[in-house]
Amino acid sequence: MSDVTFHAVATTDQLDEDEAMQVIVDGKEVSIINLGGEFYAMDDICSHAYASMSDGYIEGDCIECPLHGAQFNIKTGKAETPPASVDLATYEVKIEGDNILVGLPNA
Amino acid sequence: MTSDQTFVVIGAGQAGGWAAKTLRDEGFEGRVVIVGDENFAPHERPPLSKDVLLGDAEKESCLLWPPGTLEDANIEMRLGASVSAIDPDGHTLTLAGGETIPWHKLMIATGGRARSLDVDGVELDGVYTLRTIEDAEAIRTRLTEGAKVLVIGAGWIGLEVAAAARKRGASATVIELAGRVCARALTQAMSDWVHALHHRNGVDIRLNTAFDHFAGDGKLQKAVLADGSEIECDIAVIGIGLIPNTEIAEAAGLDVDNGIVVDECGQTSHPDIFAAGDVTNHPNPLLGRRVRLESWENAQNQAINAAKAMLGTRIPYAEIPWFWSDQYDANIQMMGLPEKWDQTVIRGDRDSGEFIEFYLKDGEMQGAAAINNARDLRFTRRMITSGKKFDAAALADPDVKLQKLMKD
Repeated sequence: MSDVTFHAVATTDQLDEDEAMQVIVDGKEVSIINLGGEFYAMDDICSHAYASMSDGYIEGDCIECPLHGAQFNIKTGKAETPPASVDLATYEVKIEGDNILVGLPNA
Repeated sequence: MTSDQTFVVIGAGQAGGWAAKTLRDEGFEGRVVIVGDENFAPHERPPLSKDVLLGDAEKESCLLWPPGTLEDANIEMRLGASVSAIDPDGHTLTLAGGETIPWHKLMIATGGRARSLDVDGVELDGVYTLRTIEDAEAIRTRLTEGAKVLVIGAGWIGLEVAAAARKRGASATVIELAGRVCARALTQAMSDWVHALHHRNGVDIRLNTAFDHFAGDGKLQKAVLADGSEIECDIAVIGIGLIPNTEIAEAAGLDVDNGIVVDECGQTSHPDIFAAGDVTNHPNPLLGRRVRLESWENAQNQAINAAKAMLGTRIPYAEIPWFWSDQYDANIQMMGLPEKWDQTVIRGDRDSGEFIEFYLKDGEMQGAAAINNARDLRFTRRMITSGKKFDAAALADPDVKLQKLMKD
């Protein structure tokens, strides 16, 4: 049994370039991000305060929290700017046909 | 080179905390001391008039970092200590108790204090201002079911107090001298929306109303208005603005003019003294004018910038001002400090409570204000600095994504 289970969460046509959307996977809020045609997934709730990162602004490789402006690296989840100091978890993404699949670790 | 130096930060709020932490984050190895007159580690204030007042969050939620963070960074904290004087040439400061602390460089992040009223009865039990954790905790204990709450001033603090009072089952009356709420910050239409929000939630807002004095027998019982009429109340919160704490800077001979005058890197008129946050009058290159902001984000980012300048890295601080408030289920955000515009564009539906107003001049974005639409508001920061001309019809169409307009 693998350590990761993939869940189909959306289709590629739902997300234009440099856009993000929130999906719920196994009861968990995950942000799916289309960064220049590549899809990424990370925890959607900012590590600093309760805000949905998918409502944020994408600039370069970072997504900016809509509430206080903390930026996280989309590829690594690293908290790049204050006020956040805790990184966000990122998840593996697979594209199968038009489907976006997110790999969540098995509990 | 700097490991034998002492940098002192006066103030343990948002700006003071970030200044001290930034010195360490940037590799300063000397002594760092924070002197704060409140008995609380560096903290932010927005929750004090929101979640803390509602009882939804403890005061610890205001701490900028988990306990121990600053101690681990070897930052000395002198809390409950106020500075009585700064000697710029002697490079020392004196605490109220008489102790002298030497410094090589100094950061003044003293913020401000709530403006009060010089009227009869202001000393009565039940009359408050709201700025500190102690204020918030005291007011919270009085916002009980059935309490009669009077708010003086329909600005952000006053309206947030009124919202908290209603949510906790108290009645709330707000009196305001001006003809609309938040008149300095909002357009007429936005003021009207916020006013209606409070009306729906049972707040009695009385505009164009002048206050005269408080009355009671030891405890507050009523407020008397200028026209002689009376409002019964158990507690009153005065929310009429902030006075920057500039006294020690002024006494030290620093330039002060509606705040401590600093340059774009937070340096005061003395080369070894810096200042950041609500207390500063600073140039904003993006706005092309000097401003003194009472802003969470400015307190953080100007302090980070000024701390770097203390270490010799001068990067001009330039940011479009941003503010927010939370009242009931409405998140209200404002971007920019527009002075003049010739077109207002509304995107979204005012009645649904999710919309944004854009303010344009010759098609260029000057600022915006949003209700429950943080996503679009955040984009406007880039739209303001882009200098692009935007099409009003496209801005008003919620199906047209703002990032697309930025790319066009």
